[in-house]
Amino acid sequence: MRTLTTDVLVIGGGATGAGVLRDLALRGIRCALVEKGDLTHGTTGRYHGLLHSGGRYVVKDPQSAEECARENEILRRIMPHCIEDTGGLFVVTPADDESYADRFVAACRRTGVWVEEIAVSAALRREPLLNPRISRAFAVRDGAADSFLATHANTDDARRYGAQVLTYHVVNGLERVGDRIIGAVCEDLRSGEMVRIHCAAIINATGAWAGKIAALAGLQVSVVAGKGTMVAMNHRIVNTVINRCKMPDDGDIIVPIHTVAVLGTTDIYVPDPDVYSITPEEIRLILDEGEHLIPGVRRMRALRAWAGVRPLYREEDATHDRDIPRTYRLLDHEVRDGVAGMVSIVGGKWTTYRLMAEETVDVVAHRLGVTTPCRTAELRIEASAQPAAPLRPAISHGSAARARFAILASPFYMLGHRLAEVEADDSYGDLVCECELVTREQLEAAIESEGTANLDDLRRDTRLGMGPCQGGFCTYRAAAIWHERRSARYGQAAGAAPATRLLTHFLQERWKGLTPTLWGDQLRQARLDELIYLETLAVDRLPEAIPDETIVTGHAAIATEAG
Amino acid sequence: MGVMPHDHIELSLEQSLDHCIKCNICTAACPVSAVTDLFPGPKYVGPQAQRFRHERQPAPDESVDYCSGCRVCNEVCPTGVKIAELNARARARLVAERGIPLRNRLISRSEVLGRLGAGPQAPLANLALGFGPLRLALERVLGIARAAPLPKFSRYTFRSWFRRRSAPMANSGPRRQVVYFHGCATNYYEPWVGRAAVAVLEHNGCEVIIAPQRCCGLPLLSNGDFAAARRAHEANVAYLAPYALRGVPIIGTSTSCTLTLKEEAPELLGMRSAMVRTVAEQTFDIFEYLRMMYECGELRADFRPIERTLPYHPPCQLRAHRIGRPALDILELVPGLRLVESHADCCGIAGTYGLKREKYQIGMDVGAPLFETIRRSGSDLAVCDSETCRWQITHGAGVAARHPIEILAKAYGLVI
Ligand SMILES: Cc1cc2nc3c(=O)[nH]c(=O)nc-3n(C[C@H](O)[C@H](O)[C@H](O)COP(=O)(O)OP(=O)(O)OC[C@H]3O[C@@H](n4cnc5c(N)ncnc54)[C@H](O)[C@@H]3O)c2cc1C
Ligand code: SF4
Ligand code: SF4
Repeated sequence: MRTLTTDVLVIGGGATGAGVLRDLALRGIRCALVEKGDLTHGTTGRYHGLLHSGGRYVVKDPQSAEECARENEILRRIMPHCIEDTGGLFVVTPADDESYADRFVAACRRTGVWVEEIAVSAALRREPLLNPRISRAFAVRDGAADSFLATHANTDDARRYGAQVLTYHVVNGLERVGDRIIGAVCEDLRSGEMVRIHCAAIINATGAWAGKIAALAGLQVSVVAGKGTMVAMNHRIVNTVINRCKMPDDGDIIVPIHTVAVLGTTDIYVPDPDVYSITPEEIRLILDEGEHLIPGVRRMRALRAWAGVRPLYREEDATHDRDIPRTYRLLDHEVRDGVAGMVSIVGGKWTTYRLMAEETVDVVAHRLGVTTPCRTAELRIEASAQPAAPLRPAISHGSAARARFAILASPFYMLGHRLAEVEADDSYGDLVCECELVTREQLEAAIESEGTANLDDLRRDTRLGMGPCQGGFCTYRAAAIWHERRSARYGQAAGAAPATRLLTHFLQERWKGLTPTLWGDQLRQARLDELIYLETLAVDRLPEAIPDETIVTGHAAIATEAG
Repeated sequence: MGVMPHDHIELSLEQSLDHCIKCNICTAACPVSAVTDLFPGPKYVGPQAQRFRHERQPAPDESVDYCSGCRVCNEVCPTGVKIAELNARARARLVAERGIPLRNRLISRSEVLGRLGAGPQAPLANLALGFGPLRLALERVLGIARAAPLPKFSRYTFRSWFRRRSAPMANSGPRRQVVYFHGCATNYYEPWVGRAAVAVLEHNGCEVIIAPQRCCGLPLLSNGDFAAARRAHEANVAYLAPYALRGVPIIGTSTSCTLTLKEEAPELLGMRSAMVRTVAEQTFDIFEYLRMMYECGELRADFRPIERTLPYHPPCQLRAHRIGRPALDILELVPGLRLVESHADCCGIAGTYGLKREKYQIGMDVGAPLFETIRRSGSDLAVCDSETCRWQITHGAGVAARHPIEILAKAYGLVI
């Protein structure tokens, strides 16, 4: 068993944990983060992609609305490269209660959520596929945010200030001495090695898993896991976030993010955040509701479906998930349970991750006697230096070519950003994933980067396999490049087995999300992919791959979306 | 593009990217990406790049400008993606954002050029354009390839010939009226093509009407000047609709003009009025129309034998009509005449594409297999329905090239 010592241990590598880590590091506190999978392995990597304006919560949950409105402006300032300024619309469709709109506007005024009514014709000009029968439209400051990138941006920045990040480390136990928690025991999933981490304080930022972590110290934290399913459409059928102007409910929002538009979501209680599946009824519900916003959406090409689990903290029993306020809760176990050395931060939204981190670190820093104030709202996060990051800065290519593309000068992310980069760099001959424009150079950098364990990690870093063909053409290429790089590093010993395992694991991951949307164009695509992998390459008949410690794939601790 | 809400034709174009299954068949077939690394190919610039384009954000790409618009990709795509149209629109956005280069503005104005050069001053204009140092200057200053095939201006325009000619002999019986759309090439460069068309149509009992008309706008469309193309199409619709609405067919010898009236302009420009539709429905390629007459037993068969075997190239623009090979169907009725189809993709000129300095060589390389086929045929004459392709064939293969209607007129023994 290895032993590490740090001052603050953060458990959970989602938005919250990463935000906490950066906040700690900026205040000069020695800290480390452990995450059982890759960064964003949990809910953060499976969310809807919306930078909330607050509009969604103005009537139902004004406090959340206020928080979102404030944080929205801060995040735009500190990490513009992770955000696309799509703007948002709230529209009243024929299916919606007309009286809500006035309440909505009044509540926006009260909560400080910027809103402006625009003419229906203007809304339709802006979004031609929008239901022409809407009666009113309101513009808000919604945006789209890349949570992979933002999480990496936070941890990368924290690293610059000395923080440590350990991925594929699952916390199996907390060490408690009397009424004090003094450390955690983790397993390194790649080597099977146990690691003990001694620390002065633990911040439990495990979202929907927070109850499980608390239980390791004998504490009770009720986190209701509410599963939400989303459907990504093949392309950006809208370029603005479109919300229905009504009390928040299932399937009432479409978020354009990167190259897709995401319809969602649902909210279904699941007893265990690690065990859930997507049902055909949910998909039907999402598409049926989507029809109110975009008539004909049912017949358009859906790319895939996925689900995430909401971490909703429940103080006392609420009857329905959506009735639990979205506001986060900071649980100081010393005050709450008389057990020192750990706080849990649960609930909230991606949009409020920074605020949650600030409040959490305020409490912990105070306990440690650190008085440095929080600076995360002022200090801009530099675009990640990691070349694997999707929106990396120019590598070496001529600035003259780049100057021709106005899009590359934008501080905010724009849809065409990647294409402009490929064009300016003349790198289209090097595309491995053609749909999402991932070059060989980017992929190799991601393979070489620390902590990468499988192709799905590369996907999170680069968007590999996230486009229309869902890995049809890039999976075998990426597996081959991985094999090439790793055998160059480890010599001949690597053999072909790891590549085989990577290939089948990634295909399995992609196909899982495809099955709920198999109709029309996507069915045709799936059939072609099937022909490539099963008929031509016969991957189902490859000899069993030998387990290899450098690949973590289907480990029980990190498997999600069963069935 | 100003997209009209819930316009189905519009959706079938804009949303056609969703049909792409990334199979790469188009990339393998594209004649341009086969010869140059400057063009990433139809899949990349078409459905793939389209997912990154956004109406209210700056254009993210420029390599799409290397698409020649030949539509080979549309022909081979198994799922019906409108690749060439997506490309044309993307180029138009680029042009709208960055402005249209003077050179492209010039070469896409075939009417203006024609009016300058055709007529009594033609010999002088031709002399100038045949003058090496001037061509060199044009290449340096404007970027019009020095070696590119520029047609010779005609001493007289087709319209002036038609106005002045003695009225045709009144045939007996009722005469069907047809409007002949001659296009710029026939009017300013090759009036004999129009004369052959008029002769053949009249020989078959048609009364040929020459309505006022403007350039069809295809060069404008393919150079991304959609605003000017819209003005041209609006004018043509205003001129032609009165006939079309009466059921008078509009017949053209230029496969590009007729394709533009039928489909390209309405589709790319999102023009959907009933008048636009009627004009589109009433427009025919001349051999398409003659074939219809033949099928109704109304085409005269008094052909004289022509004992020849000639290479025939169906131009890209004709293939985009999706009407088969009507010129072959009709000319094979001529005793002794045998036309051998080229089976080549594209001659490489693609309208004005091959005239551009940076694209001239690409055009020549694209056309190389066609030139080779023609040269190997040993014939000193090739047959092709499109004017710019004929000029390119002559330039690349060194043989004369004729419109099939000229051959048909000859078979009928018509003096033109
Ligand atoms: C369907 C859905 C849509 C959403 N859409 C939006 C949206 O559009 N906008 C918005 O602002 N918010 C949205 N949210 C909310 C937002 O996604 C979450 O609030 C946020 O991502 C939570 O981040 P987190 O870091 O707290 O939790 P998580 O991202 O879940 O991070 C917790 C991490 O802890 C790790 N972990 C768990 N157990 C252990 C262990 N034993 N050892 C080590 N690590 C462990 C997990 O692997 C996980 O990575 C959405 C939520 C859902 C479910
Ligand atoms: S239109 Fe022709 S040149 Fe353009 S992409 Fe298609 S095949 Fe290639
Ligand atoms: S041929 Fe059609 S389906 Fe295949 S890659 Fe090209 S556009 Fe896509």
